[in-house]
Amino acid sequence: MAMKLLEAVGAFVIKRCAELGTVVLLYASIARQLRGRLRWRSIISQMSHLGVDSLAIVSLTLLFTGVVITLQTAAKFIEFGAQSTIGGVVAMAIGRELGPVLVGVVCAGRVGAAITAEIATMKVTEQIDALRVMAVSPEGYLILPRMIACMVVVPILTVFGDIIGVAGGWATAVYYSGISSYTFMNGIHTFVEVFDLTGGMVKAVFFGNVIAVLGCYYGLTCPEGAEGVGKATTRTVVTSIIVIFMLNAVLTFILF
Amino acid sequence: MIELVDVCKSFDNNIALSHINLEIKEGETLAIIGGSGSGKSTLLRLLIGLIRPTSGQILVRGRDVAGLSEEEWDRLRLRMGMVFQYSALFDSMSVGDNVAFGLREHTDKSEAEIGRIVKEKLALVGLPDAAGMMPNELSGGMKKRVGLARAIACEPSVIFYDEPSSGLDPIMTARIDELIVNTQKKLGVTSVVVTHDMASACRIADRIAMIYEGELIAVDKVDRFKNIKDERVQAFFRTLSTAEKEGAV
Repeated sequence: MAMKLLEAVGAFVIKRCAELGTVVLLYASIARQLRGRLRWRSIISQMSHLGVDSLAIVSLTLLFTGVVITLQTAAKFIEFGAQSTIGGVVAMAIGRELGPVLVGVVCAGRVGAAITAEIATMKVTEQIDALRVMAVSPEGYLILPRMIACMVVVPILTVFGDIIGVAGGWATAVYYSGISSYTFMNGIHTFVEVFDLTGGMVKAVFFGNVIAVLGCYYGLTCPEGAEGVGKATTRTVVTSIIVIFMLNAVLTFILF
Repeated sequence: MIELVDVCKSFDNNIALSHINLEIKEGETLAIIGGSGSGKSTLLRLLIGLIRPTSGQILVRGRDVAGLSEEEWDRLRLRMGMVFQYSALFDSMSVGDNVAFGLREHTDKSEAEIGRIVKEKLALVGLPDAAGMMPNELSGGMKKRVGLARAIACEPSVIFYDEPSSGLDPIMTARIDELIVNTQKKLGVTSVVVTHDMASACRIADRIAMIYEGELIAVDKVDRFKNIKDERVQAFFRTLSTAEKEGAV
């Protein structure tokens, strides 16, 4: 029994280590492509396709997050006479943590899954082989533009989400909790620094990178068949979310 | 032009190809035949560098290419074209963009020049007005023809065909065969055709090689190949006779 458990744990660890190794090799391969020409048209097209399409879901997520944080905190803060800090707390929480992490999670589901589904379908229908046969590197043609696009778009979406989130918090504070607009805004001016926003953006750059590279990795290594595409898509979302949370902890230690 | 010397390929513990020795001569059309799972597609993928041999040498103009890096293979593949079993057209691009893809990636030709070449290649495969269509608007035979137009757009010296007649009706199969022969004649390319269709192999090839359970069991000119006494070869010819009889009925 104990032996079987040990075997299972060992097999799991070996599999994860092999996956990690393959992802590292993929990064090396992508880095080699940076020496070649960048496909700007493809990068912009990916930014539009992956970024603009995620705007609505990011807005909704952060709007309601801003509303909920204010609802949860306002009553207690007012009770202790600390209403002047509500704006600062909401803006800091969204700018440092909730904005980048929630945008990362939303993009892992929306963008990462789309990238995997597209690349996995290309693999299953031999389009990836066709690229290689035509002497075009899939890393340079497919992955690099998506990686750059995600590393640009996710931080932009984060800033956009931060603004929407704080706006949601402001509306709740002013129209529901009865805090004046000046008090809320003054709280932001007093407690929030520029780095609370830019630090969150730095996190978002890393999250964008993870979403794109894992999305492409699971697409390129997807097993044959429709079932394989479905499994690869699920793995992308699950793994990206786990990695985003782990990376968030590490980056928070380093940045703040 | 291309020579395989004692090439073996295994996937984990499964032997896909065992000690293959085969020479592909410049300008010829070689058909590689064999049943499903015999290893002929694996052989094709080895020849174009999509997979690497477990052991043995692949000589292209005398140079061993088996251990080349991906970048070095890319340089080699600029002189090669491939028509895939299911065409493998890029489904996000129009037919014209598919054919133009290699030219845009590897040449500095102007868009006008590329447009002219695309038109010429599509006319060559009998689809002069298809440039604006999307791959999902095409039939199986049309996709194969666009795949061929894309393969010849950069004027390769070797073209590989993976099951060009699979999934097509007999009339379309004959048209594709005719196209392969015409392309070979017009462009003077070396062609390697992987197929399980004996009738098709006899129509298009100068020589036939037969793979059986990962081993190369026979290679010869078409007329002499028919006289090989090996039962496994004759079994393939019997399917041809049956097909001919059915055609006659």
